[in-house]
Amino acid sequence: MNDRDARVTEQDLHAYVDDQLDQARRAEIEAYLQMTPAEAAKVRDYQRINQALQTLHQGVLAEAIPRRLRRQSKPVRRRRAGWQAAMVAGWLLCGGVIGWWLRAQWPMPLPPFRDALVQEALQAHAVYLPEVRHPVEVPAEQEKHLVAWLSKRLAASIQAPKLTAAGFELLGGRLLPAGDGPAAQFMYQNAQGQRLTLFVRKDVKGSPDTAFQFAEKNQLNAFYWIDQDLGYALIGDVERDILTQLATSVYQQLTY
Amino acid sequence: MTDITQRLIQCIPRLRRYAQALTGDSNRADDLVQDSLERAWSRLHLWRESGDLRAWLFTIMHNIFANNVRQYARTPPMTSLHDGKEPAAADTGLDHILHLQDVQRALQELPEAQREVLLLVGMEQLSYEEVATVLDIPIGTVMSRLARAREHLRVSLGQPRPAKRPRLLRRVK
Repeated sequence: MNDRDARVTEQDLHAYVDDQLDQARRAEIEAYLQMTPAEAAKVRDYQRINQALQTLHQGVLAEAIPRRLRRQSKPVRRRRAGWQAAMVAGWLLCGGVIGWWLRAQWPMPLPPFRDALVQEALQAHAVYLPEVRHPVEVPAEQEKHLVAWLSKRLAASIQAPKLTAAGFELLGGRLLPAGDGPAAQFMYQNAQGQRLTLFVRKDVKGSPDTAFQFAEKNQLNAFYWIDQDLGYALIGDVERDILTQLATSVYQQLTY
Repeated sequence: MTDITQRLIQCIPRLRRYAQALTGDSNRADDLVQDSLERAWSRLHLWRESGDLRAWLFTIMHNIFANNVRQYARTPPMTSLHDGKEPAAADTGLDHILHLQDVQRALQELPEAQREVLLLVGMEQLSYEEVATVLDIPIGTVMSRLARAREHLRVSLGQPRPAKRPRLLRRVK
């Protein structure tokens, strides 16, 4: 122990500045600095530089993330031509293999289910969103009943995810017609009166699961995805990054 | 998988800030962040949940930056950064308030390799081991680059600013 305080190296001084020393060594360095004003002055300058670096461009941290960067932050995103070609080739190969096994369902381009899902969800959202007196069929006070009822009608386990942490309370839900079967809609509202709907529909055709996908129509943002045999669409006129967070939360609650 | 989406998005502001300090130009910085995110997404399957996501992203950014230094390098400032402030007196240490413009200018004078180390340590507060991993260099190299970078900033910021400094040609070996 004694030989190490005998020799304070340049490295020690930097580690001191960066707070990367254990307590004992720290104390030794402090003692050393008291005896060597020149070194102490240098250390103080280094500390000031660190402080300045931590303040540098601090404004960026509070800025909204530019759209072009947010777009990259989705599992489904634009890629460069080379990647795109590789991806297309990859998917074609996968498709070929799957198709071989499921010849009954081949050829199977992008299933129309997704389009239908988004369309129906957007329509339902547009119809019920402005409702003041009857936004929902079964109010949130009867959530248990609502969930049991919708689960029974859709013949699937349906949950109403909690978005309270993001400021959105469940208003309730309703049963809707969708294509040739039923669908469920949950409606949420925050303190500012912004509303969200989560549309859930059973997919009888067995479309493959998808990651989040984004759709935008008439200033409405929608995230939709297919998981197991259920299709989901979360819609709202909130900022896209907020909707991303909400969709992430919904996805996690429904999947795990 | 969406959990990782969320975490990645949360990293973006810090990546942007670091990239701005690194490139000295907000547009180039966002280009760098965008390229890094793109690569991160395409390699997400290589990332292990147990790892430190931010360090991994810094590694990706470092590789892209190092391979395209010229593309991201900042052109020397077109206009003088003088804004009427009194220059600091020499030999008084850095007791005056450091002007952030000056700090960015001094960073820009550093070789990229030193700038990266200094920012990862001083701005991002990574440990020396983490910096060594991110940059894939021995820890001794981290320490020597850090020491040189700091000393350069100390001298550069402690000096009165000459009216004309040939910034373009200034390179520390």
